[in-house]
Formats: sequence, C-alpha cells, structure tokens
Amino acid sequence: MAIYSRAGRRRPTGGGFELFAWYLMRLTGLGLFVLALAHFLILHVLYDPSQENATFITQMRWSSLFWRVMDWSLLMLVLFHAFLGVRTVVSDYVKGGTRTILLSGLYLLAFALFVAGTSVVLTLPGIVPPA
Amino acid sequence: MLRRYSSYRGSEGMLAWAFHRISGVAIWAFVVLHVIDIYLVGGDPKAYDTILAVYASPPGRIMETLLGAALLYHALNGLRIIIMDFWPVFTRYHRILWYANWVIFTVVGLPVAVIILKPIFGG
Repeated sequence: MAIYSRAGRRRPTGGGFELFAWYLMRLTGLGLFVLALAHFLILHVLYDPSQENATFITQMRWSSLFWRVMDWSLLMLVLFHAFLGVRTVVSDYVKGGTRTILLSGLYLLAFALFVAGTSVVLTLPGIVPPA
Repeated sequence: MLRRYSSYRGSEGMLAWAFHRISGVAIWAFVVLHVIDIYLVGGDPKAYDTILAVYASPPGRIMETLLGAALLYHALNGLRIIIMDFWPVFTRYHRILWYANWVIFTVVGLPVAVIILKPIFGG
C-alpha cells in the first residue's frame, strides 16, 4: 500500500469531481497563502481599520484597477476554498436529507456571495486609470 | 472516533487536524460577513462605516487578532498538508513540521498581534 498523507482529506481515488475538488482545494490554498495573508497584512498592519471606511475603499483601495483585480481574484479563490472546505465538514458530520438541504443552502450562499462581491467590484465608481 | 477522524495516532496530528478544521470554519464565517460588508460600500456606505467602526473598536481588535491567528495557523498547516500530500516522505516528519509551524506562527504572529492590539492601550 502506498504511503499517503491523512493530514488533510485523503486523495480520492477514481477521478471525477471529487479528485478535481481535492486538487482545487490545494491549488486555491496555495493562492490564498499569498493573497489572503497579504490582504490581511495590508489592511490590518500597513493600514488600520480606524482609517478605513467607504471613502477609503472608493478613493484609495479600489481607485486602482490592480487592487480590484487582486481582490476579485482573492474572492474567487476564497469562495471555492472556503465553500469546498465547509462542504467536506458538513459531509463528514451530516448524512441523508439534512445533508442535501445544508449543502444546497451552502451552494446558494456561495453563489449569492459571488454575485454580491462581483457586482460591487464591477460597479463601484471611482477607478482612476494608471498615469 | 479518533481513529476515524484524526490524521495520526499521535496527538499532534489530531490537534493539527482539529485546529485546521476549526480555524477553517471560523474563517469561512468571517468571509461570509466580509463579502456582505464590502457589498455595502456600494449599497449602503453609512452601514459599511458603522461596521468598520466595530472592527476598529477594542472588541473588534480582539476578534481581528483571533481571525489573524486562525488565518496564519490555517495557512501554515495548509502548507504542511500540501507538502505531505505531494511528498509523502514528509509524513514521517509531520511532528517536526507541526512544531515548525508554531515557531513561524509565534515569530510572525506576535508582532502582528501587538500592532493590531496596541490602539486598545492607547498606542
């Protein structure tokens, strides 16, 4: 029997969606290691929440197309990673019809957050083109 | 129960796994809140300012520190998982990797915690 790690979820055998999700979890995890930690450091260490309000977002953070793209990428990575993760947790503890209901709610919430996050990134006015 | 849900028979592996799961669910909950609050920048800027004032308050700063701790732990242990998944030989050193995580966690996390919490004490 091959050595495998059980620190995380075991690599699913047989391919298909489960194997895809297993790889996606690790790939998005690597991306988040960079983007999520950088995001936290910038907005909690370099800046402070006491300096941050809607004007700060509109005139500083999201006046830059670069940061809108970065934040949207972060949103995509975190939505897949977090919701696939909670899906694994739910599936570990809940079975049958309750699982179906919880997972449906979970996917619906993920989609709602995708729509909310994407729409605000796209529609918030105030992008200043780079000089 | 432990055999079924834990990664290793040793307690470090079990704790590493449990902390990963707990921190993961906690970060997920914050992400839900955070996407909603950022949506308000467009929809209701005043409400966003109110929420940000809560983040900047003393209880908010304690929560942020906990969030940062969860994020840093989850990130470091996530790398540990990836390393062992793709280079199984490292499963032999899972304990060393786990302690290395805590060294990095402390060295990186403490200064960040100080910076976030300082304003509570008038800093």
